[in-house]
Amino acid sequence: MIKTGVYTFLVCALMGVAAYAAFYVAPTEATMGLVQRIFYLHVPSGMTSLLAFLISFVGSVSYILTRKPKWDWVAVSSAEVGIAFCTVVLLTGPIWAKPAWGVWWAWDARLTATLVLWLLYVAFLILRTMMEDTDRRALVSAFFGIFAFLDVPLVYGSIWWWRTQHPQPVIFSSGALDPTMRRVFNLCWLSATCLMALLIRQRYELEESREELRALEQELEAR
Amino acid sequence: MKNLDSVFAAYLIGWAVFFIFSLTVAKRAAGLKEELSRLRERVQDSVQKGK
Repeated sequence: MIKTGVYTFLVCALMGVAAYAAFYVAPTEATMGLVQRIFYLHVPSGMTSLLAFLISFVGSVSYILTRKPKWDWVAVSSAEVGIAFCTVVLLTGPIWAKPAWGVWWAWDARLTATLVLWLLYVAFLILRTMMEDTDRRALVSAFFGIFAFLDVPLVYGSIWWWRTQHPQPVIFSSGALDPTMRRVFNLCWLSATCLMALLIRQRYELEESREELRALEQELEAR
Repeated sequence: MKNLDSVFAAYLIGWAVFFIFSLTVAKRAAGLKEELSRLRERVQDSVQKGK
């Protein structure tokens, strides 16, 4: 309990420092001006959401191979957290797009694939509410989770494969980002990843409690 | 200071999403904890009645 509290405090502090760096340490970009600072929230959230969906995919595949419930819990916990980060991407993107592109939304490959990804994982969660039997629910959602993950490479590669309104990435190209901007970006990415780990852990504990509850209910029924 | 309001709106919305998500998880966890303690008491009662 104390350990979780300390970790939560550290993550909140790291997020505060990252926000301070994004507002006051990072230099103002010459073309877009102040609005470019959304980059330090938008891009780390996008990368972290893909990481969370990757963890969910690993959980789904592992469940199918081992049939151990803990992998199903990993899959659903990561999917929910991935949706939260993807929601941030979909909300902050238009706020940045309006002053930068002149429109809130463009139906280009990257934006559309991201929206489809969000919808697929929301469908993943809805699907789980429709099944009572835990084993059946875990198996069906594991297969659906693998299907939903097929959109992740599409989101990632869309800016290279098609001409899009969304810009090409500057993160992995050397020299494309100012050194201070890169350091601030790395800090923001680290804080987003730590937050993801914390939220997945919290959500996983919820599944553990549900399992305990099911076991107690069965024990009562047996008496 | 052009577009400062957009930057603040983006960060405010982003942080609000994470905060609300964390809050819903905590709320669900609190509900489950309550249910668990209630069931544990019922199990203990039925054990004592069985003795």
